[in-house]
Amino acid sequence: MIEVQNIIKSFDGTKVLKGVSTVFEKGKTNLIIGQSGSGKTVFLKCLLGLFEADSGKILFEGKGLKKMTVQERSILRQEMGMVFQGSALFDSMTVEENIMFPMQMFTQKIDEEILERANKVIKRVNLINANGKYPDEISGGMKKRVAIARAIVMNPKYLFCDEPNSGLDPKTAILIDNLIQEITAEYNITTVINTHDMNSVMEIGEKIVFLKDGYKSWEGTKEQIFNTDNESVTNFVYSSDLFKKVREVYLKDEIGLEENKGADTGNTST
Amino acid sequence: MKVLSKIGRYFLMLKSIFGKFTKWKILKQLILKDIDTLIIGSLGIVSFISFFVGGVVAIQTALNLENPLLPKNLIGFATRQSVILEFAPTFISIIMAGKVGSYITSSIGTMRVTEQIDALEVMGINTYNYLIFPKIVALSLYPLVICISMFLGVFGGYMACVYGGFSSSSEFIEGIQLDFISFHVTYAFIKTAFFSFILATIPSYHGYFMTGGALEVGKASTVSFVWTSVAIILLNYLVTQMLLT
Repeated sequence: MIEVQNIIKSFDGTKVLKGVSTVFEKGKTNLIIGQSGSGKTVFLKCLLGLFEADSGKILFEGKGLKKMTVQERSILRQEMGMVFQGSALFDSMTVEENIMFPMQMFTQKIDEEILERANKVIKRVNLINANGKYPDEISGGMKKRVAIARAIVMNPKYLFCDEPNSGLDPKTAILIDNLIQEITAEYNITTVINTHDMNSVMEIGEKIVFLKDGYKSWEGTKEQIFNTDNESVTNFVYSSDLFKKVREVYLKDEIGLEENKGADTGNTST
Repeated sequence: MKVLSKIGRYFLMLKSIFGKFTKWKILKQLILKDIDTLIIGSLGIVSFISFFVGGVVAIQTALNLENPLLPKNLIGFATRQSVILEFAPTFISIIMAGKVGSYITSSIGTMRVTEQIDALEVMGINTYNYLIFPKIVALSLYPLVICISMFLGVFGGYMACVYGGFSSSSEFIEGIQLDFISFHVTYAFIKTAFFSFILATIPSYHGYFMTGGALEVGKASTVSFVWTSVAIILLNYLVTQMLLT
């Protein structure tokens, strides 16, 4: 579990995060959504420790990131997996070498054991016949799979994904979303995903945090997002005609209406 | 103020390079790869330039020795002095700032742009050590390149001089042995060692701290070449002042 308490982050005097608090639970896919410039990436980088928050606390299983010693931080980093927006695969390494890299770096295992584990995760993310290929020889969807495989090869406690399905066709994007959700449940990981993709919100949003202008404007589940009366959320999530119609159908549905009477509509913050 | 801050950041980077070390098994592979790319990969161009510039130095010297009272062995002497003292260590280092320096800046810069450095940092790796230390070790072999350059420069001068009919073989060889001061070679290697450190670290700095996209990688490579050359020229002046005067 990751607990974020009132974090503030500024760059050159401009506040990007203005006191965000939330909890990301274990075994769930937690989504951070919001418009470009709302502070999502900065928030994710603060969680990763790539940026240090000006104030506030980030607690990993109750332990504050700022209070950790260098060694504790180093151990924590080995418990984190990250899937970057552009996959961030190492160009000079093959798919197999990319996946083996964290194990070669941080474990004392022999090469055969490392290879065995790498092949296991390669199989888990359904990468076929790509072991010896270089990142520029594989498709965008395959790159994401390699990035996921590299992120989970060390059995992380925390998985962070920055726009995991950007640049992918809708079908592959859903496959990647589902893969992340399955892995989250299977390995009981705390997963935090930064996205603007509304398909992901509807597909895997077990917990959604909506950021607006550096504030947490709303949080809830994908079911609650249909019923919310938070204008910022509805304007953002239902900005396309398709999603507007989906919402209308959902709300008009008789069963949906009955179920929604007195339903929880998430938490709006200001 | 900005320049001072950048100089400060450069020295902090140098300190961090020697911080937490990468696992030796991985580091060894990176060092060997960098030796192949930065040293072995530069031998061709260095040999080609050294041979022909050595030849041109000899021809220019021969053409300027109009006075018949001046001995022909001066061609060999002048070629040796020019090549050993300045051409091989300094001129080749400027060329290497273009070749090796741009490669280092663009490769590290591309890693920065494509978030590969962030990926390494998230894993808890000391990225300064992982990316820059192998380049420093690989370029510690750079004096060997300069040694080859010295030999080929003088050899190029010999070929141009003898086969161009400017002096006899024995006169040229006599010239390259004339008033030989072995400290001049030591001086050349001392400054080469300094240059090799500059060649590894300044381009790495420009690649590591670059921001932006593909266009900025190109700009960073150009800026890196300029500053590496400036540092080499200034250091050349300082080392010469300290060691030869």
